[in-house]
Amino acid sequence: MADIINFTIDGKECVAEKGTLILQAAQENDIYIPTLCNYEGVKPQGSCRICTIKTNGQFVTACTTPVADGMEIENNTEEINDLRKSIIELLFVEGNHFCPACEMSGDCELQALAYRFQMMVPRFTFQFPKREIDARNPKILMDSNRCIRCKRCIRAIKDEKERSIFAFHGRGRNIEVHIDPDLGSKLTDELAERSVTICPVGAILPREKGFRTPIGQRKFDHEPIGSEYKY
Amino acid sequence: MSKPVIATATLAGCFGCHMSILDIDEKILDLIELVEFNKSPIDDIKNFTKKCDIGLIEGGCCNSENVHVLKDFRKNCNTLISLGECAIMGGLPACRNPIPIKECLEEAYLNGPSVKGHNESGIIPNDDEIPMMLDKVYPCHEIVKIDYFLPGCPPSAELIWNALTALITGNEMELPYEVIKFD
Amino acid sequence: MENNTVHSAIRKYNQDKTRLMDILIEIQDNENHISDDAVRIISEKLGLSIVDVEQTISFYHFLSKESLGKYTIYLNNSVISNMKGRQIVAETFENEAGCKFGEVTEDGIIGLFDTACIGMSDQEPAALINGSVFIHLTSFRVKKIVRDMRAGKDVKKMHTSYLGDGQNKSEYLNSVVRNNIMRMGPVLSDDYNPGTIIMKNLAQLTPEQVIEEIKTSNIRGRGGAGFPTGLKWEFCRKAKGDKKYVLCNADEGEPGTFKDRVILTERPKLLFEGMVIAGYSIGATEGILYLRYEYKYLKHYLENILEEAREKNLLGKDIGGIKGFNFDIRIQLGAGAYICGEESALIESAEGKRGEPRDRPPFPVEKGYNDCPTVVNNVETLCSVVKIMLNGGEWYSSLGTRESTGTKILSISGDCRYPGIYEVEWGLSINEMLDMVGATDIQAVQVGGPSGSLIGPEEFDRILCYSDLATGGSLMIFNNKRYLLKDVVLNFTEFFIEESCGSCVPCRSMTPLLKQKLEKILNGNGVANDLEDLPKWGELMKINRCGLGHTAANPILTSLKNFRHLYEEKLERGKEYETGFNLEQAVSESCEATKRVPDF
Repeated sequence: MADIINFTIDGKECVAEKGTLILQAAQENDIYIPTLCNYEGVKPQGSCRICTIKTNGQFVTACTTPVADGMEIENNTEEINDLRKSIIELLFVEGNHFCPACEMSGDCELQALAYRFQMMVPRFTFQFPKREIDARNPKILMDSNRCIRCKRCIRAIKDEKERSIFAFHGRGRNIEVHIDPDLGSKLTDELAERSVTICPVGAILPREKGFRTPIGQRKFDHEPIGSEYKY
Repeated sequence: MSKPVIATATLAGCFGCHMSILDIDEKILDLIELVEFNKSPIDDIKNFTKKCDIGLIEGGCCNSENVHVLKDFRKNCNTLISLGECAIMGGLPACRNPIPIKECLEEAYLNGPSVKGHNESGIIPNDDEIPMMLDKVYPCHEIVKIDYFLPGCPPSAELIWNALTALITGNEMELPYEVIKFD
Repeated sequence: MENNTVHSAIRKYNQDKTRLMDILIEIQDNENHISDDAVRIISEKLGLSIVDVEQTISFYHFLSKESLGKYTIYLNNSVISNMKGRQIVAETFENEAGCKFGEVTEDGIIGLFDTACIGMSDQEPAALINGSVFIHLTSFRVKKIVRDMRAGKDVKKMHTSYLGDGQNKSEYLNSVVRNNIMRMGPVLSDDYNPGTIIMKNLAQLTPEQVIEEIKTSNIRGRGGAGFPTGLKWEFCRKAKGDKKYVLCNADEGEPGTFKDRVILTERPKLLFEGMVIAGYSIGATEGILYLRYEYKYLKHYLENILEEAREKNLLGKDIGGIKGFNFDIRIQLGAGAYICGEESALIESAEGKRGEPRDRPPFPVEKGYNDCPTVVNNVETLCSVVKIMLNGGEWYSSLGTRESTGTKILSISGDCRYPGIYEVEWGLSINEMLDMVGATDIQAVQVGGPSGSLIGPEEFDRILCYSDLATGGSLMIFNNKRYLLKDVVLNFTEFFIEESCGSCVPCRSMTPLLKQKLEKILNGNGVANDLEDLPKWGELMKINRCGLGHTAANPILTSLKNFRHLYEEKLERGKEYETGFNLEQAVSESCEATKRVPDF
């Protein structure tokens, strides 16, 4: 039998198998930790920092850190929630997120997190950066205005030789996701659909299909993101 | 006790938020009982006739006129509320923000497909009566202090109602999940 | 011709995609850029996609898809360079060349570009031109340089007067760079014959005994983070892995440090010996010296020393007669990214990728270069190791303070009479340091580079050690005439914005916002609230992944803490709220476009 370890999240007694990542361990104990760059089945990378928790006075990302026996984790606290809210606000001001005009509105994870954390207005100045829309691909449209650089598409979508179809370009605040001119143009329907599904925001959209879900039936119309967890 | 006084304005917006104010159905009768409207497109009062308690601003600032109106509201209202996405973050008018204003004007008046070849004098409207365009559309709170923010495009009538009643009665505002939406 | 360069670079590195950096640098250096064609050929030969190749190119400052000119000039824009007269030098470059910084002249001959600190803070203003270092630039000198470039002169022949001191003037370096060694201690001292430990002592010691000696010395990493070296080696020794690596971090990018450059020039044999000892201890067969691109001028010289070492059996097979101890060292060039000084980013970069720091755990000692157990040590640490093995861990731990043992090599620059390299024992106070270098009327000292802290005279009795003022050794001195917020803090903040890898949200997006806030205050639009926001917003930097992210707000945060009055005197008095919006400014562009006179 695998090693079972004990730990607490916000004082609640939890158990998990040794070696489990904190995020998964929390979920198994019906506790919600918000995520954005993380995607089930894709190697975690801890770049959005929204799953940050505090243990032993240190901030670590729940998606990349294994839980340890006796660990005391702070998750749903005022301090951490404000840090998380700040991240959401940063993402809103660093790009151009015009929700009323976005097809992904209602299904967007960034927006859903803003709802959950009751962001009425970001505390930071809007940057209105100049970003490009890449409409060259026959199957998908890439709108860099909405991209939050979570790298989900980059990490999850490779061709049969493990080559990147999406990749970062540049660094720092000018970082962008580019699609490979060759591999991108040969994108299968399946990978195109997957790239749309895996994008947490409206940065990768299917062509010739718009507003697929009517208002009222979208993912986050009625219930906050993370509602599947009790705590 | 006298009724609280409300003023409203639309800057760079589409009047949708004002439609939402009116979308509180029969509760509008309750509202009229509760408050008095001053400067507002709803009653067509053009200038402030007294100091107001609450100012509701729809739209961001895209030109000098918007800035004057906004500053006038700040001066005349104790509490100023940004109503809707455009007031809060510029909204759709702010889609022009990443593009330099010169380029925008030239596209609109000189080079765009609907004007190309039809504006022989090559003039971009510049009459002194026309407000001067700002370099970008500014969210209201990036110009004056805004006290509260009601998101939505438009904000739901329920949100507006909840906010106004909370402000007037001094009670905590109710924020059920479905009331805050950005679209 | 271009394709020949590309194909030969690919062949030279065996079509190995982990050597992508080397291939790209080779092409960049020969062709002034990496063309679409080159990218396509590389991607085909290495089995990568085009965006894969481009993501690496676009990450590094010195790699470019656009041509950067036959002569590519990178003029340092660090704080110290500015203090030492960069502006007039830059203006002269622009006037003489006929293009602005960030551009290439129409004829494609000269490209002018900014670059962060190039490790010459004791001889600024300095520039890199096609990889060669030019120091102490003046407008007179610049005019001559531009004339030479127009005449097609080889950069290596543009040195006018005389070459630098020590090995700088050796035939392999032929460089004008100065060492400016002002004070030697046991690490820098020249009374040791390199190779002695390998040849005479190592065979008698087990790897565990070496590690024990290092642990006894209590030496901690000299790059700045200060992790105990012995412990690091022990972890790596114990980690499971068929192949292990020693990486030497010579990506000395912290503005204001230049000690590694001097060590690499004057004591490279000591360094390589330290790497061999590390390799022996952890059971590694390969060492990599990760050399920052700015120090590329040292590469040929260093490779020659490695070749000599191989001939003397100080590298290679059965080193020092120890049966089965095989170890060799190669040099990996960086391509311009401060973040690669972070050990996991350095590993990524050495594998030919973007220098994005990794998540920890796993730590490099378990899973590092090519996923093998790896120790990454600073240049100075590895040199110190040799002296520890020579004189004993006990001896070393008697130097310095109880918890910060040994010596530290300081890179001192700015407003002082004798900038340069000083090896001192830990425990030196800032006051003593200022006396040592001949500095008077001092307003502030930046301890530990931009990622460290800016301190004022009331703290000059604090001492350099891990528990008080920890530092990788960069000390920049500012006298009373300097405008700290604008000339120092703003410059450092811009540096961090430029150097963020962009992975973590707070580092990527918060730093520019903090800079905007600082500018708002400098423009006279700050209010009391802004001073409260700065530290509150700065809190978010703690949750970034790496050291760069953690410290990117330090210039603002530490100056606000220690020089609050400088901020307060810029505030608008009695105002509660101010956005800094300026109507006149906001309409000026549209009025100009419509040819209309603004009317308020």
